[in-house]
Amino acid sequence: MVTSVTNFGRSGAYDWMVQRVSAVVLAVYTLWLVGLIFFCPMDYAGWSALFGKTSVRIFSLMALLALGAHAWIGLWTVTTDYIKNGLVRFIAQAGCGTVMFFYVVWGVQILWGL
Amino acid sequence: MLVSVYRYNPERDEVPFMQDVEVDIPAGKDLMVLDVLALLKEKDPTMAYRRSCREGVCGSDGMNMNGKNGLACITPISAVAKDGKIVLRPLPGLPVIRDLVVDMSLFYQQYEKIQPFLQNKTPAPAIERLQSPEDREKLDGLYECILCACCSTACPSFWWNPDKFVGPSGLLQAYRFLVDSRDTATEERLAALDDPFSVFRCRGIMNCVSVCPKGLNPTKAIGHIRNMLLQRAT
Ligand code: SF4
Ligand code: SF4
Ligand code: FES
Repeated sequence: MVTSVTNFGRSGAYDWMVQRVSAVVLAVYTLWLVGLIFFCPMDYAGWSALFGKTSVRIFSLMALLALGAHAWIGLWTVTTDYIKNGLVRFIAQAGCGTVMFFYVVWGVQILWGL
Repeated sequence: MLVSVYRYNPERDEVPFMQDVEVDIPAGKDLMVLDVLALLKEKDPTMAYRRSCREGVCGSDGMNMNGKNGLACITPISAVAKDGKIVLRPLPGLPVIRDLVVDMSLFYQQYEKIQPFLQNKTPAPAIERLQSPEDREKLDGLYECILCACCSTACPSFWWNPDKFVGPSGLLQAYRFLVDSRDTATEERLAALDDPFSVFRCRGIMNCVSVCPKGLNPTKAIGHIRNMLLQRAT
């Protein structure tokens, strides 16, 4: 058993599952976003009404959280592969984590502040 | 035949270098790469490499031939030579001891980790532990591994984390004991593999499958272990 305190969940299986589920959420959200371009009026009123709906906000928040988790697991894997110096790796991971947290909070503010 | 071979003797050379040697191949013969190495050693006795069985059984002479890992003794030069040239390097990713000889400690440490022996806590029967032909069949494609390390040293995930990722060879053996009907340590074995590195560092690149000289499929075994881990967790 290799121990690690910086990965997302408690086990490799958990990380693996989160990575797959978040990928599905992101794929569905992306398709939905692309679909909007064709089926939703491209003006302020249309978008504002759409994102005023609670269901759309929840869906967007779900995608945002999925993005945060997905990016964290992915970047954690990349940093553990390529950055061998423990301190440098920790700083890089902390940087990624901070940026991700920043985006999630900012995204929530945008979604509910419309 | 022009043979370009990796040379490094830490007592003599500061850095490794490639040495070009012209080796005369008997006309009309398709030698194995190992035979070419023997001819080369006749010319230059300081050349070091491992070999033993010379028929693909012992797993000593894994090396990188024109960019692909394999056993020199069962690889004909016609299969590797490009433009009449063969480039021989040690297995990638492991420390070089000398010339084509690598230090396999990391590889064996991973093998040791998966406890490659039957574990059974039930009282031993008078004669032997029986297994149905169907259960025995499940070990096919797993037990044949000769630990040549061609697969693990072709795996980028093993290059980056040879101390944490068990690697294709070790995982193939891990599954060989997980699936054995006579082994009762399944839960302990899975618990020891359920971290983000040991199994889950496999990214499905399948380099292991493409180089295995015994035609085995570590990626498939890793998929089975992953399913067992996921099932155990849900
Ligand atoms: S499939 Fe997995 S074990 Fe095989 S080479 Fe790729 S990453 Fe390594
Ligand atoms: S799985 Fe194949 S390549 Fe890997 S160590 Fe075993 S025999 Fe060699
Ligand atoms: S010398 Fe034994 S496998 Fe090649």
